[in-house]
Amino acid sequence: MILTNTTNYFGDLVSFLAEKMGIGGQILAYVIVAAVYLGFFAIAGLLLVYIERRVAAFFQLRLGPNRVGPHGIFQTIADALKLLSKEIFGTNRKDNLLYTTAYYLVIIAALVSLSVIPFSIGVQAYDLNIGVFFISAVSSVGVLGILFGGWGSNNKYSLIGGMRSGLQMISYELSSGLAILTIILLAGTLQMSGIIEAQRDTWFILKGHIPAWIAFFIFVIAGTAESNRTPFDLPEGEAELGAGYHSEYSGMGFAYFFLAEFINMFIIAAVGVTLFFGGWLAPFGITDTLPWQPLWGAVWFFLKVAVFIFFMMWFRWTFPRLRIDQLLTLEWKYLLPIGLLNIVLMAVIVYYNVLISF
Amino acid sequence: MSYIGDVIGGIKTLLTGMKVTGGYFFPSIINKKYIITRQYPDEPAIVMDRFKGEVVMWHNENNEHRCTGCQACEIACPNGSIEIIWDRVLNEETGKKVKVIDQHIYHLGMCTMCNLCIQACPTNAIMWSTNFHNSTYDRSQLTKVLNKPGSKLMAGVEE
Ligand code: SF4
Ligand code: SF4
Repeated sequence: MILTNTTNYFGDLVSFLAEKMGIGGQILAYVIVAAVYLGFFAIAGLLLVYIERRVAAFFQLRLGPNRVGPHGIFQTIADALKLLSKEIFGTNRKDNLLYTTAYYLVIIAALVSLSVIPFSIGVQAYDLNIGVFFISAVSSVGVLGILFGGWGSNNKYSLIGGMRSGLQMISYELSSGLAILTIILLAGTLQMSGIIEAQRDTWFILKGHIPAWIAFFIFVIAGTAESNRTPFDLPEGEAELGAGYHSEYSGMGFAYFFLAEFINMFIIAAVGVTLFFGGWLAPFGITDTLPWQPLWGAVWFFLKVAVFIFFMMWFRWTFPRLRIDQLLTLEWKYLLPIGLLNIVLMAVIVYYNVLISF
Repeated sequence: MSYIGDVIGGIKTLLTGMKVTGGYFFPSIINKKYIITRQYPDEPAIVMDRFKGEVVMWHNENNEHRCTGCQACEIACPNGSIEIIWDRVLNEETGKKVKVIDQHIYHLGMCTMCNLCIQACPTNAIMWSTNFHNSTYDRSQLTKVLNKPGSKLMAGVEE
């Protein structure tokens, strides 16, 4: 099932400008789309850092940043300006090529993953027919950036951090891939918009009942691990490694790693919402008859993503960091076998059509 | 069977942890009274009674203090933060010469708040104040004279 005749506002813009101004218009349209995504990237990153700090503060009965602007919402902008004005200061005998490409790789992987995420009806840069697969493939490129950063810094702590990150991401990619596959069995397509359309009557988390819930838990655990967040933040374990793979970066280099981490969290949340909670679909279709459908879609999408992200923050400020052997035990002895069994269970359930739907 | 038991037990402990932190988060986001942060310059700071801010000398309403000028505090101070300038004056009634302090000089900038001077004082003349607004632009302002100008010894302290 490949949907071809759905609206796509970015695609419409490109073809409209290409018709009006030829090849120049096409390039202009691409630049506009890229600028929209970069703007979203920056704003979402800064906002998420702010929200993380506020939420962390409330978990610890503190107030958090509340001085710059109303309720401190401009705090992270001030921080970014501070980082921009800082000197770029690296180690002496670093591997210059790897050191400087590292953060671009991380950023590019995060940005490219964003391009296939459906924010609302037709608000998706590129509706690839292998969308989910594309996201998990591209997010592995981000690991490469972290490995480059760890290797290029010529620092043993950075190297250990980068290696741990590679180990962790490759392990957990497997589990999240299996969790995604479980849902693909239900959806019958890899295309993001197709997955959402297949949930129009019932969200997959309800439709697939028990295996869907198991897959959801596996996805949340593996997603948290992939975005290098506590309790899986071994790559930057402060107590052991300083700051891990980004300890030798300063100024914007550090900020890029930091932003990419938060955007990765957003991507995990967006994919989770798309796969399990119907993406931009309203619950029970309560806003389906209202005008401004794309707007409502975005509202529901971001609401669901916000809840998802809040839970990831809740994990972060509750659970202690795992030891490296515990991390591997969790993946190879628990998540992976359970995920494999779960796929079989889901296949059986889909084959005999024991699904819940309204 | 312990495998499944491990999984269930693990999930249970995770949920217990989340319940605890959730119990901090949700009340504090609804009601500010659970927040323990004091925004100090805007809100008054809570200072404990036992807080050792600086050494002061107690004076009563007639501008009398209890310091006999015995210099015990000066000797007790490990870093010389206290200097006492004293004199002997003739007591008219008894005809004896007695020791009186002219200035009890206290260098706040050198004091380590070790409490030794206060323990050494036989007449409880000096005590702790909880004042902590001690920053100045000049170090010399931290040298203080503890006895107020024109003050004199309280009657009956020396007996
Ligand atoms: S508290 Fe200690 S350092 Fe300070 S004046 Fe007294 S004896 Fe000296
Ligand atoms: S403050 Fe106390 S110890 Fe110090 S000179 Fe006066 S009476 Fe003696």
